[in-house]
Amino acid sequence: MDLPKSTLTTPELLDLYFLENRARLLEIASFLDRLERSAGAGEGGDFRQRAFMEALEILSRPGGDRTRAIQMSFSDPTSEPIASAVGLKACGAWQGGEP
Amino acid sequence: MKVIDPHIHMVSRSTDDYMALALGGIHTVAEPAFWPGFDRSGVASFHDYFQQLTVTEPARAARFKIRHYSWIGLNSKEAENLALAEEVLAILPEYLERPSVLGIGEVGLNKNSRNEIAVFERQVELAASRGELLLLHTPHLEDKLKGTRIMIDILRNEPRITPERVLIDHAEEHTIPEIKKYGSWFGLTLYPDSKGSPARAVDALEIFGPDRICINSSADWSVSDPLATLKCANEMRRRRYPEQLISRVFYQNPKEFLSQCPKFSAA
Repeated sequence: MDLPKSTLTTPELLDLYFLENRARLLEIASFLDRLERSAGAGEGGDFRQRAFMEALEILSRPGGDRTRAIQMSFSDPTSEPIASAVGLKACGAWQGGEP
Repeated sequence: MKVIDPHIHMVSRSTDDYMALALGGIHTVAEPAFWPGFDRSGVASFHDYFQQLTVTEPARAARFKIRHYSWIGLNSKEAENLALAEEVLAILPEYLERPSVLGIGEVGLNKNSRNEIAVFERQVELAASRGELLLLHTPHLEDKLKGTRIMIDILRNEPRITPERVLIDHAEEHTIPEIKKYGSWFGLTLYPDSKGSPARAVDALEIFGPDRICINSSADWSVSDPLATLKCANEMRRRRYPEQLISRVFYQNPKEFLSQCPKFSAA
């Protein structure tokens, strides 16, 4: 069974989702402002902050594939297993070769 | 409306949650074995846990007319200790025989380490040799894509495992295409802070279609919601999808996958 790509019109989608996503946008803006007020803000943060800023750039691209593209931007692109998982946990962004 | 939650950790939930599930129309649940939030110290702890999954929880659920099924396996978080893993792997067949156990799960990878892969391969071999269904856990966050790819490669190399008897869980937008290409079932998990929201899950339905998809709450001891499947079903209503399609996603699909185990019967 194929589904329509969307059952609702653009105005209907905006009626349903605009306010909650406006609030999310303000949360992100406030988060970025908070980071800039923090001690050490001038040093650019760590790999997570850089990954976050890269994802924000993807947000403004058209094409209907933003969610997958952002997921890919946060992901470990390598294929080799790591030697040990002891003491490690996921943090949401791939550290890569960064300290 | 009848709903099956194909992935929920009721050992971590209160009895009140069973009441809420029943009132919401969720009268069938499947509970995979998982990591309890700490590493267990010995195989005796796993005996106790598997007993809880196969005896205590079905009885607790039955008080609310809920059918409780489980999956047995060694989770990837505790696979790094190979000595303990060997002991746990040895007791799995005993519990796989129990009447409410559907197969091996949730097993898979967490950080994509060599030991995790070795233990996962052993459990794939066990599933293949016994003809068990497989419920697979994919890693969290930045590790998900790599782990999903490694697991699919391992499955492709085991000809006795057929994709239609595998459900690869916690799929997200960047892993769904590769899972669909492999041909297995895939699960979407609804978490407030990670994985997916009801809105994103319905987006995935629109993009990838309703075939071989199972949506679950995966509610456990962390931030999660045992009624998340109902909220996602309501999200479909908000987008004007018909009840027939909603029932397919939240009842018929999980019923079709889980019914491949002859022990399963949906309420």
